[in-house]
Amino acid sequence: MVKKLAALDVNKCIGCMECMFACSRRIGRGGFDKSAIRVRSAGGIERGFVIIVCRACENPPCARVCPTGALRERKGGGVILDDDNCIGCGFCAQSCILGAIFWDYEKDKPILCKYCGECEEYCVHNAIGIVELNVEEPGVRK
Amino acid sequence: MKARAMNRVLYIDLTKKDIEIVEREDLFDEYLGGSGVAIKLLDEECETGIDPLSASNPIIFAVGPLTALYPTASKTVAIFKSPLTGNLGESHCGGRSAMAIKLAGYGAMVIKGSSDFPVYLAIHGDAVHFRDASSIWGVEAQTAGRILREVEEGAGVRTIIRIGRAGEKLVRYACAVCETYRHFGRLGLGAVMGSKKLKAIVISADKSIEIPEEKRREYKKVYDEIHDVVVKTDAMEKYHDLGTSGKIYDLNKIGGMAYKNLASSRAPEEIARELSGENFAEKLLSKRVSCSHCPIGCIHLASLRELYAPGYYFKTTTIPYDNEPIWATGFMLGLKSAEDCLRLIDIIDKIGMDVISTGVILAWATEAYEKGVVTKEHTDGLELKWGDVQVYSEAISKIVLMPNEFYQNLAKGSEHASSVYGGQDYALAFGGNEMPEYHTGIACYLNNLTGARHSHLDSAGYDIDQKLMGKDFSLEEVVGALLKEEEWRQVLSSLVVCFFARKVYTPGRIISALNAIGIENWTAEKLEDFGRVIHRAKMDFKFREGFDLAKLRIPRRIFEVPTPHGFLKEEEMRKAIEIYGRIIGRDI
Repeated sequence: MVKKLAALDVNKCIGCMECMFACSRRIGRGGFDKSAIRVRSAGGIERGFVIIVCRACENPPCARVCPTGALRERKGGGVILDDDNCIGCGFCAQSCILGAIFWDYEKDKPILCKYCGECEEYCVHNAIGIVELNVEEPGVRK
Repeated sequence: MKARAMNRVLYIDLTKKDIEIVEREDLFDEYLGGSGVAIKLLDEECETGIDPLSASNPIIFAVGPLTALYPTASKTVAIFKSPLTGNLGESHCGGRSAMAIKLAGYGAMVIKGSSDFPVYLAIHGDAVHFRDASSIWGVEAQTAGRILREVEEGAGVRTIIRIGRAGEKLVRYACAVCETYRHFGRLGLGAVMGSKKLKAIVISADKSIEIPEEKRREYKKVYDEIHDVVVKTDAMEKYHDLGTSGKIYDLNKIGGMAYKNLASSRAPEEIARELSGENFAEKLLSKRVSCSHCPIGCIHLASLRELYAPGYYFKTTTIPYDNEPIWATGFMLGLKSAEDCLRLIDIIDKIGMDVISTGVILAWATEAYEKGVVTKEHTDGLELKWGDVQVYSEAISKIVLMPNEFYQNLAKGSEHASSVYGGQDYALAFGGNEMPEYHTGIACYLNNLTGARHSHLDSAGYDIDQKLMGKDFSLEEVVGALLKEEEWRQVLSSLVVCFFARKVYTPGRIISALNAIGIENWTAEKLEDFGRVIHRAKMDFKFREGFDLAKLRIPRRIFEVPTPHGFLKEEEMRKAIEIYGRIIGRDI
């Protein structure tokens, strides 16, 4: 089953950043410079938080602007990055109006959500979660 | 960066507008981080006898080896010479501060010197900018944060530590505000920043800590174990729901807190219900948020909607509340509603003062006014009266504006003001610092008197008192328990983990956590010894700066009102202080 990560209920987010830390921890980093998810206040904590993560668009603009085909559309929505073919042009990041493509300054390549759900494991408030995508009916949650 | 490489100290000279980044692995290897490293740096940087509000007073911020690597390692330790007590100044704060400092690549920061014009520091990783803060000098702490949020980079991964007008005007108990709702509260860090013309510090993260390949599996395992204890057991349960204010009602019920400057040890039942955590949550709680890397969410924000001008001009204000701020405003000043508490907390927060000290000082002033020790001439026309939010808000404003000598003296704390005007019997400061909430028994006051910071968080005496209810105990046992707790807390504040997670970070878990990130050779015994060493280093600093156990003033009021253990006796209290002195090698 094709899955994606989703902001289920941003009102439950307490801004603990556990998701951001979990994402970089996958590769043995303490911090979030390798994280594909970000949480920040919506202009002051009193306004609540914003969760920024790839929403696995159908017909994703980021894949369309990739000049080398390194970013491929995934069946059901979202994209898959082939690191070897990526030239680090940054067009994908520019094309994402959600700002959900982050940048790896060490590799000079984009950081994209892999929809693995590691972050969700640490979100005890259920603000984020993995949802299944119906491949026949792309974008519809089961 | 490798974990050890993050142990850099950023030295900032505000006079010369110069910086230096120094690898200090020596320091972090021996003193871990946080309190341990900071007290050592204070020893290195602070000359004996300096004026705390002079350029030579260093401000030290330190984080620890667990920061950004484990849950609830969310606090930053600030150490300086306190302008309120004249000796050790230490204050802890969460928010985004610890994560930002660590992931900007620093284990500690030392800020010395003084600028000749208002500045703020913008620290973005290795880049440190001294920026002109003239345009935000004189603005409220909250507004300063809003402005800097717009002009500086790093949204979401930064901290903005700033002072309000109280800090600029050197009110000795001014605080530094962090992420709008968190504070380096006690002992006057805000005034020290103000004396340096340092309005704010913005720090943004741009690095991460690399766990060595061979340790990754172990690190993840230990992380998950700790995370599970934090979220799946009752170790931190009480902080989840009602938050710290959850204990107010019960504490009042046992007659264990000061009401109206300790005229009694409990508020009337209807007031206790109104000011209880349950009532705040029911009526006013709008959001729970957390510090970076803590899934608990103990920060409780209330929403207060008010009509403030005719013609449908409404405002909705978000105001943080906690146990002690509710006590210091509501109980200490005899307020009648939760909304009134919030109004006062909001004013104190924006002006940038420590809410505990402010409440206690105003309570002393109110009683002194009632007794005629202080007159209308002193108060600049204000009729100080229990429960009168309007008059208290004007008094707070006058403490900062200092229209006369009386307010100049109030700005120096209740110890000082009462030494000028009298009324020392009911000036509830201990070691120069205003008391916290508790009137639970001998332990809470011994904590206030002997704790390195004269803060209830030094050794949680209030907790020891409650555990001793209905039991026989000797003074030696109480002093021993307090000292043991305070020494152990030096370990926690060196790592640096939040004290609310003290049940999570047992010696065993601490050792596993350190091992998993490559910091080896720590044993339970070594940690215990370390706690003692850091505690004694703090006491050494205090004694060096004139602290004297024999000269501790104990306000008579605390012996006149019964605690849940009955009336306290001065003779016993003095005896216990003697025992304390003997144990730490400072015989009276």
